[in-house]
Order: sequence, then structure tokens, then C-alpha cells
Amino acid sequence: MDYFLTEEQQMIVEVAQQITDEKIIPQRAELDEKEEFATEILKDIAKADLFGLYIPEEYGGYGGGCFEVVLALEQFGRGCVAVATSFAASALGAYPILLSGSKEMKQKYLPDVASGSMKAAFALTEANAGSDASGIQTTAVLDGDEWVLNGTKQWITNAGEAQIYSIVAITDKSKGARGASMFVVEDTDPGFSYGPKEKKMGIRASATRELIFKDCRIPKDRLIGRQGMGFITVMKTLDLSRPGIAILGVGLGQAALDESVTYAKQRVQFGKPIISFQAIQHMLADMAIQVEASRALVYAAAKHIAAHQKDMSKASSMCKVFATDMAMKVTTDAVQVLAGYGYMREYPVEKMMRDAKILQIYEGTNQIQRNVVGQELNKEYT
Amino acid sequence: MNIIVCVKQVPDAKDVRLDPKTNTLSREGVESIMNPYDRHALEAAVQLKENYGGTVTVVSMGPPQAEEVLREAVSCGADEAVLVSDRAFAGADTWATTYTLMKAIKKIGTFDLIICGKQAIDGDTAQVGPGLAHRLNIPFVTCIRNITNCEDSLLKAERLMDDGYDVLEIQLPALLTVVKDINEPRVPSLKGKMKAKKISITSMSAEDIGANPEQIGLNGSTTQVVRVFSPEPRGEKTMLTGSVAEQVEQLIEKLEAIQ
Ligand SMILES: Cc1cc2nc3c(=O)[nH]c(=O)nc-3n(C[C@H](O)[C@H](O)[C@H](O)COP(=O)(O)OP(=O)(O)OC[C@H]3O[C@@H](n4cnc5c(N)ncnc54)[C@H](O)[C@@H]3O)c2cc1C
Repeated sequence: MDYFLTEEQQMIVEVAQQITDEKIIPQRAELDEKEEFATEILKDIAKADLFGLYIPEEYGGYGGGCFEVVLALEQFGRGCVAVATSFAASALGAYPILLSGSKEMKQKYLPDVASGSMKAAFALTEANAGSDASGIQTTAVLDGDEWVLNGTKQWITNAGEAQIYSIVAITDKSKGARGASMFVVEDTDPGFSYGPKEKKMGIRASATRELIFKDCRIPKDRLIGRQGMGFITVMKTLDLSRPGIAILGVGLGQAALDESVTYAKQRVQFGKPIISFQAIQHMLADMAIQVEASRALVYAAAKHIAAHQKDMSKASSMCKVFATDMAMKVTTDAVQVLAGYGYMREYPVEKMMRDAKILQIYEGTNQIQRNVVGQELNKEYT
Repeated sequence: MNIIVCVKQVPDAKDVRLDPKTNTLSREGVESIMNPYDRHALEAAVQLKENYGGTVTVVSMGPPQAEEVLREAVSCGADEAVLVSDRAFAGADTWATTYTLMKAIKKIGTFDLIICGKQAIDGDTAQVGPGLAHRLNIPFVTCIRNITNCEDSLLKAERLMDDGYDVLEIQLPALLTVVKDINEPRVPSLKGKMKAKKISITSMSAEDIGANPEQIGLNGSTTQVVRVFSPEPRGEKTMLTGSVAEQVEQLIEKLEAIQ
């Protein structure tokens, strides 16, 4: 369907498309098999100027917003959700600085993030704080001109690969939700180290590790925004980034559909291509309908978010749930269409099915997203 | 350092077919692309610019639609683009082409280095790079697979050979042709694409470059394509496998069978 993109938006699609077709797709199976971080592909993405899509021009970026990022991520998601996740997680790590950081902080980090020479990561989750962020135990205590961090963050995407980390720590336990703050930690800060790389079901070419803080001392000015505003920045960050996860579902769903239709036209059983069986045709039709509906919703949500920064939550959660549940269903059906071949690693759809699952979990599980939509409805209908 | 890269628009090899009746190339529905070797030449030039400063100018002799490959080159890092185009250039062989490119490059001005792809995948002659260097009276080296350094007008590079590679020092100005091993060409960048859309491409006609009408196009060509045909398919091949002893045995069996 034609979404009437502007000429520049079309260019973003073309640039991302070419990287996906020429650099990502030929390498994705090997990267997955070896669980190898896609360092070179991310360099290609950097050379193509795409790391700066959402960063204002005054900090060396393109000056786009949520929708422009979505257009690029749709292509990357079509190629490999692991590579796309590494790209998206860097944006997630930079958003807190962009949304709440001081001018000096933006000047210090954003130009390098925009050029792709610096990658970022976002660290909220801990062993006892998954969906429930109030379980955070990492602390930050001001000691003279320095903050002293202690605690462990878990399952952090890009950990060990990024140069800067936007982390959430408790600065005043007695203040509850107002007692958390965000900080920038640099790769080289003393007392900061990483856990071993996690072994995952899918998105294996992405890096997931712990962040370990043992009396990690960072300068006072690494506080992002004001003390106690940590959770507000977290909520704004995730609202802004979730359409990016949603669109990975769309890209992935599209890839699964493409593989399925191509295969169904050439696979012959009972003397006919299997696409001539109604059971297969209906499955393909449902896949196509769901992918297109998800795309339309994510595009609309991303445009809404770009225009209404104060009222993003519902649109953001809605599109994340819809498009990622779709991706799980469509990739599962793709394996069904290819059947035994689909189950083999020689074909790309088994990886797609493994990769789809994470989309329903990270950046807030789909149950939590439904909670958000429900709570918003409750507020709206008073 | 000012670098000139020569690029050619060619039909995408994977689409080209020979019409079996007329024995001519059937170009219908065939997409045009930048000659693949030239993408590597351009990448080499852009990398040199990034490392040592300077400008990259791409030049193409071709019909007006060759502008597409020039814009693509700009989106991949070239600074300036020149299209050398005139009906009078039609039918040029490599001799007339090198004359025309030489005149255009003289018109463009000074340069330190010219980089070409090893060959174009349509004609496959590999003559234009060396021929152009000859016309300009500068040294050339073909089949460069790596450029390792460039200082004080001295370029260090590696030339691919059948059995390894040569390490060479080349005094600039010079011309190089490159093979695909030299680099992994980048895809267009967003800023590059925006620039490519806006850039005005310099167009040069036969008159603009002061070409002698006797030396361009068909007139200036010393060779003519008389006929294009598909070579006879070679006889069927059989690969023998197994240990040497087994293969010898199989071979003897086959030879005896022929007898
Ligand atoms: C590969 C990977 C990468 C990740 N990257 C990052 C990262 O870069 N940064 C980061 O901070 N985190 C990251 N995470 C963490 C991720 O965001 C969390 O896993 C996610 O928020 C869920 O937390 P949990 O796994 O602890 O599940 P839990 O919160 O323990 O949830 C368990 C189940 O209970 C349900 N549930 C919990 N509470 C409720 C409720 N109130 N109502 C209804 N259902 C509920 C959940 O939906 C889920 O089904 C990553 C995780 C993975 C697996």
C-alpha cells in the first residue's frame, strides 16, 4: 500500500533497504549461528548516516523523529531482528539524554551517537525488577563531586559493545517513584564491568550482558536531568521507542510473508504448487492482512507520537502489542507453510520465529502494554 | 589530492540475453547499473579522500541517461560529476573512448590520480584504463587489490598477480585500475542521496572538450563490431572423483570404451 511518504522519507527507506539487502541478509544466518555481534554492519549503517536520524541537526543529526526511525527499522527488521535490535537499543540509550539531558550533556554525547562512532545502551532491568521497576536495587549516592553507583543491571542490550549507558538508580529510597534518577555511565568508568554474554533463543547476533557497578564513581554532571525524575524519563523514553519495536514486528512479518509466498508458489505436492490449496492461500492471505494492518497502525502511532509528545502512551503501547503479537503469529505460520523445510536452519523462517518471541517481551511485555491501554481507557471514560 | 574516477553505465549482467535469431544483445527490460568494478574504483577514491583529503570527481562518457550512475556515485561520496555526452560519440570503440575521456579530463583540469575499474562487464576489454593513461602520457598500473599508503605524491599499492601480488610504489600523477578485492563498496548514505538529488551535473559536448571530429565516435574508431554471437557450447564434461588411483582407473575405462 502507498503511504504517501515524502521524498526524503522515501530516501531513508531506500538507504535502509539497500543496507538490508546487500549487507544484512547475506550475513544474518552466519551471525546468528556464531552468535556474533554485527560490528561491520553497524559501521555500514553509520556511514549511511542513519544513526543520526532522530538527533537534531544542531547535534549533527538528520533532525527526524519517531516516524523516520520507524522507516529505517522496518527495513532492518525485515533483514535481521538482532541487527535491528542493536541499532534500536542505541537509540533507546540516547533518548534519555535527548529528552532530559542538559545542553552540555547533549553536546558532549549526541554528535558521536549521531555519527555512529559511539553506541549507547539503556539499563533499567534488574534481577528483581522486570515489569515492576519499583524493585530496582541499584543505588547512587552523592559523595562530594561524584556519584557512587552500586548494583547490577541484567539483560542489557548492547552491553559490552556500547560506549555509553543510560542507567536508572535509586537516589532516595524514601521517595518511592520520585526516588529514582538516571545517569550516563561511560565504558571506561572505574568500578564498572560487564557480566558474561547471555545465550539466547533468538536475536543471537545481539549482545546481552549484565552491567556491574562496584563503587563505580562518576562525575556529578552525569546525572540526566534532575534528581528524582528518573522514572519520568524512563516512561517518556519507552513511549518514544516502542513504535520502533512494533515496526520490527512489521518488517519481520513482511519477511516471513515474502518467504512463505515464494515457497508456496514453487513447492509442488499432489501435482500442484501448494499455493493452489485453499488452506495455504488463506493462511497467506491472513498473514498479508495482519502485516498491512500492523504497518498502518505503527505508522499512524509514530506520526501521532512525533506530533503529540505529551500524549504518547496509549498509541505507543497499542502498536507495540498489535504488531509484535502479529509477528509471532505470522512467523509461526510461515514455518507451517514451509513445514519440514521451514523447521530446518537452512531456511530463514525458523530464525524468524525464534526472533519474533523477544518482541513480545522486551521494552515492556505485551501484558504490561495492555495494562497501559486499559489504564488509559479507564482515565478517558470518567 | 584530486582524484578522478571513470565510471560507465552498463546493462545489469544478470538480465542480459543474446537474441538467438539476430545475435544481438536484447536490452529490453534490462536494468542499467554502474559497472561493478567502477563501484570499487569509486570506493577506493572516497577512502583515499577520507584518509588524505581532496576531492573526488566522477566522469562518464555516455548517453544522457548515464547521469543516473553519476548521481549514484555522488550519493556514495563523489564531490563532482561530469557527463561527457554527444551524439557524435556514438559507436566509439576503446580507442575513440580513451581520446574522448582524455580531452574531457584535460578540460576538467589538474588531477593527482585517476582510478578506473579493471574492465567494464559489457565489453570486457580492460583497455580503457591503460589506453587513457597512454593518451594522457602518465604511468598506469592495472589490477590493484590494495592501496596501503599515499605520501608526497608516492602511492604504495599491491597489484594482483596469478600467483600472489606485487608491492609497488607509484609516482603520481598516475592511473590505476582496480579489482574487486580492493574493498567492499559502501551503499549510498542519506546525506549523499540528498546531495545527489540536488547536484548539477556538468555536461560536456564534443565541442566543449575541443574534440577533433575525426577522432571521436565511429569516425575515430579503429575497430568495429562485425558480429556478436554466442560461442558454441563446449562438449560435455565429466568430473572424475575418488583417490588418484581410482580416477586413473576410471579414465582408462573411459578411454578403452572410446576405442
Ligand atoms: C534479549 C533481551 C534484551 C533485553 N534488553 C534490555 C535492555 O536493553 N534494557 C533493559 O533495561 N532491559 C532489557 N531487557 C529486559 C526486559 O525489558 C524485561 O525482560 C521485561 O521488561 C520483562 O521483565 P521480566 O523478564 O523480569 O518479566 P516479569 O516482569 O517477571 O514478568 C513475568 C510474566 O508476568 C507478567 N506480568 C508481570 N507483571 C504483570 C502485571 N502487573 N500484569 C500482568 N502481567 C504481568 C509478564 O507479562 C510476564 O508474562 C531485555 C530482555 C531480554 C530477554
